[in-house]
Parts: sequence; structure tokens; C-alpha cells
Amino acid sequence: MSPVSRGFHRKREAAPADRVPPGQYVTRDFPVLSAGPTPHTALDRWSFSITGGREPKSWTWDEFRALPTEKLTTDIHCVTRWSKLDTTWQGVSLDVLLAAVEYESRYALAFSDGGYTTNMPVADLLGGKAWVAFNYEGAPLGAEHGGPARLLVPHLYFWKSAKWVRGLRLRDTDEPGFWENYGYHIYGDPWREQRYAGD
Amino acid sequence: MAGTAVRGRLTWQTATVGRVTRETASAVTLSLSVPDWPGHRAGQHVDIRLTADDGYQAERAYSIASAPGEPLAITVERLDDGEVSPYLTEEARPGDQLEVRGPIGGYFVWEAETGGPLLLAAGGSGVVPLRAILRYRSLAGSSVPVRLLYSSRSWEDVIYSTELDMPAYGVEVIHTLTRSQPPKWHGYARRVDRQMLTEVAWPAADRPLAYVCGPTSFVESVAAGLVGLGYPAGRVKTERFGATGQ
Repeated sequence: MSPVSRGFHRKREAAPADRVPPGQYVTRDFPVLSAGPTPHTALDRWSFSITGGREPKSWTWDEFRALPTEKLTTDIHCVTRWSKLDTTWQGVSLDVLLAAVEYESRYALAFSDGGYTTNMPVADLLGGKAWVAFNYEGAPLGAEHGGPARLLVPHLYFWKSAKWVRGLRLRDTDEPGFWENYGYHIYGDPWREQRYAGD
Repeated sequence: MAGTAVRGRLTWQTATVGRVTRETASAVTLSLSVPDWPGHRAGQHVDIRLTADDGYQAERAYSIASAPGEPLAITVERLDDGEVSPYLTEEARPGDQLEVRGPIGGYFVWEAETGGPLLLAAGGSGVVPLRAILRYRSLAGSSVPVRLLYSSRSWEDVIYSTELDMPAYGVEVIHTLTRSQPPKWHGYARRVDRQMLTEVAWPAADRPLAYVCGPTSFVESVAAGLVGLGYPAGRVKTERFGATGQ
């Protein structure tokens, strides 16, 4: 039973419970969170690769942008408690990217310029649930938000949507990535409020 | 990488507000008495949860302002459109109860063994976790050289100004006041830029470690500036707020 904080009252409108997970509030901003300087990789040196399958697979930027894309509108939920509704993105579905690889692995570690990593089950990348996104609100994704391309896995807390993503390492075990190593939840489902290890 | 994972489940604990210290017109330091506080490291943060008498709850994250070994304290800056920070800065009094969970975060952390030299760069209330690092450095008896570059709008907005006026031996505090300056101000009077970093930051050849905390625009420009001066990206740790919506 939580103690009442004397004199504290609700100031915000109640968030719609079917749109906003527990403990979150809605923001119109698009806050930035990252652990280090923003990397800037020239598109002619950019690639997206998937390793750990039977054969490694890699796309240059031009090859990546020649793949079929999807536009989507989705809600995003940051572990620091902001949620942003109805964000619009364009990207390549992970269904398309993973279909180019033969693999049996059940887990993936996304890796990024700057050394960031984050882990998730492959099943969470399939079935129209995850993209490598390069446009946000109709314009190229800004570097501070992860451009030229970031992972977008909106059904998990947003730290799983790795900025500056450069590829996936497929693996048999669910090894923790960057924030997961610092005590954040191994899976990160906002609807179950899996913020920290043990939640 | 060496994880400093939070072991086991982080549970909410009742905290009682102790001393309330007004730092500036908009910032307040609250000391929090938590019976089973497990201790923290310099640079970590806590989650705070408030509960209204109708059961409504709101949670936010705040940087810890006190050093490891000191009682838990947070410094909160009021955001006018916020829900939690106006309460903590205007309403909370000694004896009030709230809940805390933590400590959280293991990357934006400094340990005495990590060494230096340290470049600390703060924008506004981004100084809070850096102050925890400075206090810890003193308590730990570290002689690591430190420069704190602290950007505020005006002198009245400088948090911990008295404490920072008397830095420990080996610590230099360099202010820049971006919007207004007191009479006869001889310090910097502009946003942090490349030239200022060239003058203030340790040369990259000294293998410094940088901690940069503040609003996104501040962190972006300082971190990029340091990389431009040859700091390896992995030696520039950043923490951005605005993200916590305090």
C-alpha cells in the first residue's frame, strides 16, 4: 500500500488505458536519450548486416533502400515514462530482411554505430512487428533520433529500438545488450511494466 | 562490458522527506530518509512515485545529488507543465512521504578507481549527477584533476553556487552564463562552443574521461565538440534530460 503524498493531486488528464501502458504519460515532444555522442556515418559507408545465419548477409544503403518499404503509424513507449502516440515511420520490415537469411537462431542482438547493442527474441522481429526505419514524420530520420536508420520495435520499450542500427547478430541464447547489462529488463514489455531486471 | 546490473528486484520503498533546501528560484534539494536504502554510486538516479489521496500515482526519474555514503538526496528543477516537479519543488515539506525505487543506471557512473582527469560538463540542472561525482571524489580522497564546465542562464540559476565557489583542491569550476550576467562578470557569457571547449577541456592526449549532462541540445553540441577535439566516443558519457519529462 503506497503512502499518500500529502498535497499531491493529478494534474494531467488520464491517459487512455488502452493506448498508454501503466506508469507512462503522454508527451508531444520527442525526447532524446543516448549514452554517448551521436555517431555520423556517411551513407556510402553504411551497411546493414545479419550474421549468425548459414551465410552472412549485408546490404549497402542503396541495396537497403531498394527493398520494399512500409509506412506505419504507431505508439512508442520509453522506459523513462514518456509515451508518444501516433508517430509515423517508413522503413523496411524485418520480415523482408530476415527472409534473406537462413537461420535457426531464436535470439538476436542488434548492434549500432557507437557500440550500442540490445537483445530480443527473433520472434519479436517477425510478423509485421519490427522495422529498420529511415523516415520519421515524412522526413529522413535525424541523427539525434537514430538516423540514418534505427530499429523500430514499438511493442517493446523504446531502448530496444536501437538508434544508428547497423545489423543483427543471430544467436542461440538471449544475451543481454547494453542497457540490459546495466539492470534494465531482458525483454522490456511496457504493458507488463518490465522496466528493470526482476520486474 | 562490465555490467553493474541491479541485482534482484527493485522494490518501491517509502521515503520520508527530511531537509528541504532551496537552491534557486526553481530548484530544490530534498534529502530522503529511506530505511533500507542499499546505497548508490555517483551518477545514478532514482525513480520517485507520488500517490494522491484518490489513489492516482505518478512516477518520474531524478538524478541523485548526494555522494555514495551520504544520505539519499535529489535535486529537482521545476517544470511548469510538469506534474511531479511542481509538487517536489513547491509543496513537499519535511515529514512528507513518497516512494523511491533504485538506485538505477550503471553507465553514467564514476568510481574513484576509474581515474581521470575528469571533464564534467553541465547544462542547467544537468549539474546534479556531476555534483554527486564531485562530492564523492572528496569523500573518497581522490586527487583526480577535475574541470567542471557549467552552463546556466544567469547567476541566479546556478545550482549549488556556494558549494561550487569553494571547490576541493584539484577541482576547477568554470561557469558560462548564457542569458544574463552580473555586473563585472569576467567569465564566459555564451553557449558552450568549440572554442570554449578548446580552452577548458583537458587535451585528448591526457586521456580524459568526460561526463556530459543537460538538455539534449547542450549534450549534442558538447559531446560532438569533444569528439571533434579527439576524445574517443567511448570516453564521453552522456545523460540527457527533457527525456524524463520532469
